[in-house]
Amino acid sequence: AGEGSGPVPGDGTGPPDSERVLFPPTFSVSEIKNKQRRHFMFLRWKQQQRKAKLALKKKRRKEREALGDKAPPKAIPKTIENQRVYDETTVDPNDEEVAFDEATDEFAPYFNRQTVPKILITTSDRPRGRTVRFCEQLATVIPNSHVYYRRGLALKRIIPQCIARDFTDLIVINEDRKIPNGLVLSHLPDGPTAHFRMSSVRLRKEIKRKGKEPTEHVPEVILNNFTTRLGHSIGRMFAALFPHDPQFIGRQVATFHNQRDYIFFRFHRYIFKSEKKVGIQELGPRFTLKLRSLQKGTFDSKFGEYEWIHKRREMDTSRRKFHL
Amino acid sequence: QVLLSKNYEKALEEIDENLIYWPRFIRHKCKQRFTKITQYLIRIRKLTLKRQRKLVPLRRKIERRENRREEKALIAAQLDNAIEKELLERLKQDTYGDIYNFPIHAFDKALQQQEAESESESEAEREEEEEDDEDKREFVEAEDSELSDFEDMDKLETSSEEEQEEEEEVEKKASHSKSKGKTPLKGPARRKRPYIEIEYEEETEPGTKTKAA
Repeated sequence: AGEGSGPVPGDGTGPPDSERVLFPPTFSVSEIKNKQRRHFMFLRWKQQQRKAKLALKKKRRKEREALGDKAPPKAIPKTIENQRVYDETTVDPNDEEVAFDEATDEFAPYFNRQTVPKILITTSDRPRGRTVRFCEQLATVIPNSHVYYRRGLALKRIIPQCIARDFTDLIVINEDRKIPNGLVLSHLPDGPTAHFRMSSVRLRKEIKRKGKEPTEHVPEVILNNFTTRLGHSIGRMFAALFPHDPQFIGRQVATFHNQRDYIFFRFHRYIFKSEKKVGIQELGPRFTLKLRSLQKGTFDSKFGEYEWIHKRREMDTSRRKFHL
Repeated sequence: QVLLSKNYEKALEEIDENLIYWPRFIRHKCKQRFTKITQYLIRIRKLTLKRQRKLVPLRRKIERRENRREEKALIAAQLDNAIEKELLERLKQDTYGDIYNFPIHAFDKALQQQEAESESESEAEREEEEEDDEDKREFVEAEDSELSDFEDMDKLETSSEEEQEEEEEVEKKASHSKSKGKTPLKGPARRKRPYIEIEYEEETEPGTKTKAA
């Protein structure tokens, strides 16, 4: 009852003059109630931080120059790729088990050159103009591929027919609101089925380039950054779309580049200007894929055996963890 | 509540019997409603047998997140650089075989061959060998700059007649293999190539051919 919480009389009601500008150390700019003043104080604080940072940089640079050759090497900046959570299914190039698996899985006949890829491209029901054009362009990019329109046919019935006609792969492009947004890639004689979400589709006329159309030559294939087991199998799936012997005369290259679980597809024509420089020119459509699920058998949404499904709650928790 | 029979006509009659004292209009409307219900039930049963479109709702937050991450991944990917690097790697590893006759690689192969065999080369070759051993890149740049200026004719002491012949041959080859290439690039390529080509073709032609095969 007797203790005063405010300034105790007799001590002096405020801080002495010399200290009036200093704030107690636990004070932060956000505690000022007045918005204008708070804003002003914040800007001033920001400027001070920037100055301090610049000063630090200068100092470090001077030290480095002063040391000259003996200076410690520059620190490598942290990137998401550097900080990636180590995935235990990363494939080691010399792994025998992986090599054995790959020799006996569904793509073995392709890699042993027993089968020639023949691809059927189709869409979901009632494709709109953009999807149709995209399918056509995709057909020009992938050699030995045919586009057929789906007139409401069930996939389960299409698949046995395809197998009977010797198709090795089936691509279904799903459409939503007049743009293609999904891709189902199925290796036919009982092979795995991968379901992707497709985004940023650019048709040939939307790409800024001055090249001509892709020719009929078989392109080369570049598969980048498929490190884990899952990534490896997806990479092989993509490789199985293209015939084995690229025709180097055509100088065309199809690239599937995996970065942080997004697979970027590009189609270029290259030219070697010298032995150390190469020029590339983009032709052909481009799109990005994100894997949603991988099924063991051919397309069967109800009874299929899934090898991998993207589960958002479990897999999207860490920003540094990637699966492909 | 009265449970109507499964038979359509009998059900209509039951409606009439049950609503016997109701006005005619009401009875009629009731029968119409019943007809409509049976029709849509039939349609539902028919549709479930066919393929049905499964609607998956988009989650806005997740869509936005994924788009943003895709953009960042695209920037981090540096696709053009990666593709160029890969192509150059393949060139180095000789996957293209004899199509691209770039002398540096041929020269390296020649070096390896010559080191394995006995030594019987001229001075010019020895000089260039040493340079190559030390620093490939500098060698390339130096030679390019030299040749582009067409200054140092000393190293290339090989006879000028052969130069001219082989220049024409190589130019023809270039035009054939790069028939689809962009014409502006042909200029510098043609300028530099024939000059360096000469040494390669003279010394190491048989060697590289066997290696490529």
